[in-house]
Amino acid sequence: MGAIPERRFAEARRHSEETITGRSSGPTKIAPVTTAPQAPAWHRQLFNLDFGFRGLLLLAALTVLALVGLILSEMLQRSALAWQKFGIHFLFASEWDPVSGSFGALPFVYGTVVSSLIALVLAVPLAVAVAVFVTEMCPKPLRKPISYATELLAAIPSVIYGLWAIFVLVPLMRVYVEPWLMKRLAWTGLFEGPAYGIGMLAAGTVLAIMIVPIISSITREVLAAVPQPQREAALALGATRWEMVRMAVLRNARAGIVGAVILGLGRALGETMAVTMVIGNRPEIAKSLLAPGYTMASVIANEFAEATDDLYLSALMEIGLALFIVTVIVNILARLMVWTVTRGTPARAHAQ
Amino acid sequence: MDAAVEVRDLKAWFGKTEALHGITISVPPNHATAVIGPSGCGKSTFIRCLNRMHETNPEARAEGEVRIGGMDIYGVPAVDVRRRVGMVFQKPNPFPTMSIYDNVAAGLKLNGVRNRKTLDEVVERSLRQAALWEEVKDALRKKSGASLSGGQQQRLCIARALAVNPEVLLMDEPASALDPISTAKIEDLIFELKRKLTIVIVTHNMQQASRVAEFTGFFLMGSLIEFDRTEKIFTNPSDKRTEDYITGRFG
Amino acid sequence: MPSRYVQLRRQLTDYFFTGLAAGLSVVVVGATTAIFAYLVIRGAGSLNWALLTQTPKPVGEAGGGMANALLGSGIILGIASLFGIPIGIGAGIYLAEYRCSRLGQLVRFTADVLNGVPSIVIGLVAYGLVVIQEKHFSAFAGGVALAIMMVPTVTRATEEMLLLVPQSVREAALGLGIAQWRTIVSVIVPAARSGIITGVMLAFARVAGETAPLLFTAFGNQFWSLSPNQPIAALPLQIFTYAISPFDEWHRQAWAGALMLVILIVGTTALVRFVLLRRILGGAR
Repeated sequence: MGAIPERRFAEARRHSEETITGRSSGPTKIAPVTTAPQAPAWHRQLFNLDFGFRGLLLLAALTVLALVGLILSEMLQRSALAWQKFGIHFLFASEWDPVSGSFGALPFVYGTVVSSLIALVLAVPLAVAVAVFVTEMCPKPLRKPISYATELLAAIPSVIYGLWAIFVLVPLMRVYVEPWLMKRLAWTGLFEGPAYGIGMLAAGTVLAIMIVPIISSITREVLAAVPQPQREAALALGATRWEMVRMAVLRNARAGIVGAVILGLGRALGETMAVTMVIGNRPEIAKSLLAPGYTMASVIANEFAEATDDLYLSALMEIGLALFIVTVIVNILARLMVWTVTRGTPARAHAQ
Repeated sequence: MDAAVEVRDLKAWFGKTEALHGITISVPPNHATAVIGPSGCGKSTFIRCLNRMHETNPEARAEGEVRIGGMDIYGVPAVDVRRRVGMVFQKPNPFPTMSIYDNVAAGLKLNGVRNRKTLDEVVERSLRQAALWEEVKDALRKKSGASLSGGQQQRLCIARALAVNPEVLLMDEPASALDPISTAKIEDLIFELKRKLTIVIVTHNMQQASRVAEFTGFFLMGSLIEFDRTEKIFTNPSDKRTEDYITGRFG
Repeated sequence: MPSRYVQLRRQLTDYFFTGLAAGLSVVVVGATTAIFAYLVIRGAGSLNWALLTQTPKPVGEAGGGMANALLGSGIILGIASLFGIPIGIGAGIYLAEYRCSRLGQLVRFTADVLNGVPSIVIGLVAYGLVVIQEKHFSAFAGGVALAIMMVPTVTRATEEMLLLVPQSVREAALGLGIAQWRTIVSVIVPAARSGIITGVMLAFARVAGETAPLLFTAFGNQFWSLSPNQPIAALPLQIFTYAISPFDEWHRQAWAGALMLVILIVGTTALVRFVLLRRILGGAR
C-alpha cells in the first residue's frame, strides 16, 4: 500500500472543497461513501413476505393444536347433560335402557376391556414372534416378504375385516372353535352358553389380527435398535442363538416391546367397525367369552344415528368422551415407553 | 490341560473379499501374545476367527485348521468353542439391564449352574481376578452393569469372561477406549492372568505390546509377516516390513 | 464343565424357540394370504359393470350397483383433501423449517395424539361441529371428519421428508440472498416433493377406507347426489350396510365393493410403502 498518488489527493480535496463551499448548480449532493442496503423500516417489515409466509404456516400448525382442543371441548360440551344427570356413576351402572331413560355404561366398558384383552393375549405372542423371527432368525431373503405381508394386514380397512369376520370367522367359530372350547375348557367357566359364533371371542379374534401389524412393526424397530455389541457379548460367552436373543435382545428391548403392546392396546380400544359387526351388540355383562357383548365404540356406531332425545345423545357423547380420554392416555404412555428405547419419536408408527 | 492355539493356513472372507490369507501360527500357552499391525490388516478378523465370532456376520466365511487345546474348533459346536475361549471387546459391553452380579454370573447360568453358593463364589473370584471386587463388592446386586465408569465396565467384562473359566482369553484392543489409568490397571491384570490362561491381545499400541506380551505377531494386509519373541520383534525384526512398522514409517 | 444333558437341553431349547417363532410367523403370513385370497375369490365373481354404473335397487330386487357410493366417496375425499392436505403440509413445513420453537414440539406431540384418536370420536366431533349447526347430515360433514383424520399423517410425513433435504441446500440458498420463504417454496419443498406426495397418498388411502366417522356425518344415501350439503353414499358405508343386511344379493355386492376398496387402498399403500418410499429413502427401511 503506497502513498495516495498526488493527483488523487488533489482531486479529493477539490471535491470536498466544492462540497463544503457549495456549488452554484443545484442542491448540494453528497455522494454516499458506501452502498450497504439499509434495513427496511419496521412497518415495511410487517408486510414482508417472509413474515407473512411464516405466519401462514404458523396458522396451519396452530390448527393442529386447535383440532385437539376442539375435540375435547366438543365432547365435554355435548356430554355435559348426561354428566349432570348421572355423574360418575354413569361408568359403573350396568343398565342401558334408552326407552326408560336409564343409561349405564358399564357393559360397554366391560366389553371394550375384555375384547381388547382377548386381542392382546392372541396378538402379542404372534406379533413378537414375527418380529423376533424377522430380526434375529430368518434367512435374509425371507425378511422383506414376511415383514411386508405383516404390514399389509394394517392396510385393510376395518369394515372389510368386519365383512370377512362375518362370513368366514364367525362360521368357523360357531362350527369348530367354540364347541371345542366348550368341551375342553369348560372347567374354566369362561366358555359357556350357546355357540353363536358372534360374540366377545369373535370380536377379540378379529381385533387381534388387526393389531398384530402395529405391535410387530414397532417391536421390530425396537429390536433392531439393540446395539450389535450386546449380541456379540452374549455369543462370546457361549450362548446359543435363542439364549442370545433372550439375554441380549429381548431383555434390552423390554421397555420398547411393552410400549408396542400398549400402542396395540390403544388401537384395539378404539376400533369400531369390525367389532360392531361381530360382537352381537347386546349390552350385558356375561362371564362367558362366547356370549355377545357390546363395546363403547360399537354402541356409538350402532345407536347414535337413531338417538332420539337429547339425553340419549348426550349419554353416547359421554361414552365417546371416555373413549377419547382413555385412548389418548394409553397412546401417550405407549409412545413414552417406545421413545426411551429408540431415542426418537417412532414416526413410522403413525403411518399405520 | 495346556492350551495352545494352533492355527494352520487360516483363511477368512467377507463376502468375496479375502481378509486373511493363510495364517499359520502357534500361540504358546500361559503367555500373552500380542497381535499388532496397521488398521485394516486383519488383526481383529484373526482373533474373531479363534472363537468363531467371525462367522456371526452373515457374509463371512472361514477355512483352515484351528486347534485350541487340541480341539478342532470347526469340529464342535460354536457354543462349546466360545465357552473355552473368552473374549473382551474394544468397547466395554456389559448387559445394562443386569446387575453387576448377574453380568458376571451370566455365562455360568447359561451353562446350567444354579447353586447359589457356587455362583457367589465364582462371581467373587472372577471380580477379584479382574481387580474389581473391592470397588463393587457392596453394590453387587444393586448397581447395573452400565452404571460403572468405562474402566470399571471393561474390568466387569473381563470378570464376566473369566467366570466360565476359559483356557484362552482373546482381547480386542481392550484399553483403546479407556483413559491411561484404567489402561494401566488392565495391563496389570494381564500380567496376573497370564499365569493361569493364554492371552491373545490385539493392540495398535506398540508400547502396550512390549509391556504386556512375551510374544508378538505382526500382521500386514491379511498376512502374518513375522511372529517371534516381543524383544526380537521390537529390537531386531527379521522382515523389513516389520521394521518399517515398528519405526513408524507407516501405520 | 457342564453336563451332556445340559448342553443337549440348551440345543433343544434353541431349536424349539426358533421353530416356534417360525411357526407363528407362518400363521401370520398365512392369515394375510387367506384373507386376501378369500376377498379376491368372493369379490371377483360379483364384480361387474352394473356395480360400477348403477345405483342400488330397492330392497329385495336383484341387481343394482354402487355407482353412487363410488361417486360419494370421491366427493367426500375431495372435500377432505381440500382442507386436510393444505393444513397438513403447512404444519409439516412449519415443523421442519422453523425448528427451534417449543411450539414445534407441542405441535408434533399433538399430531401424534390426534393420530391415535378413535375414528368414531372424530365422527362425533364432526357431528357436533357441522351436522348440529346445519341440522342435517351432509357430505361436507363427512369431508370435515376425514380431513381431521388426514392432518396428522400428512403433517408428520411432510416434516420427515423435508428434514431429509440436507441443511447445506438451505444454507446455500440463504447464502445467495434468497429470502427464507422463497427458499422453502422454490427450493426445499420441490426437493422433497415426491416424498410429500407419498405422504399424502398414504393419508388418502387411510381415510378412504374409514367408515365410522361417516356413520353420522355423511350418513349414506340410496340415490345419486352431487351436493355437498346433502347426505351422501360412500363405498365403505355401503359395504357396511350391505354386509349386515340379511340379503344374499347385497352380500354379494358387499364383497365386490370390498374388493374394489381393497385394491384401491392396499394397492396404494403397498405401492407407497414398498416401492416409492424405498426409492426415496434409499432402502433404509
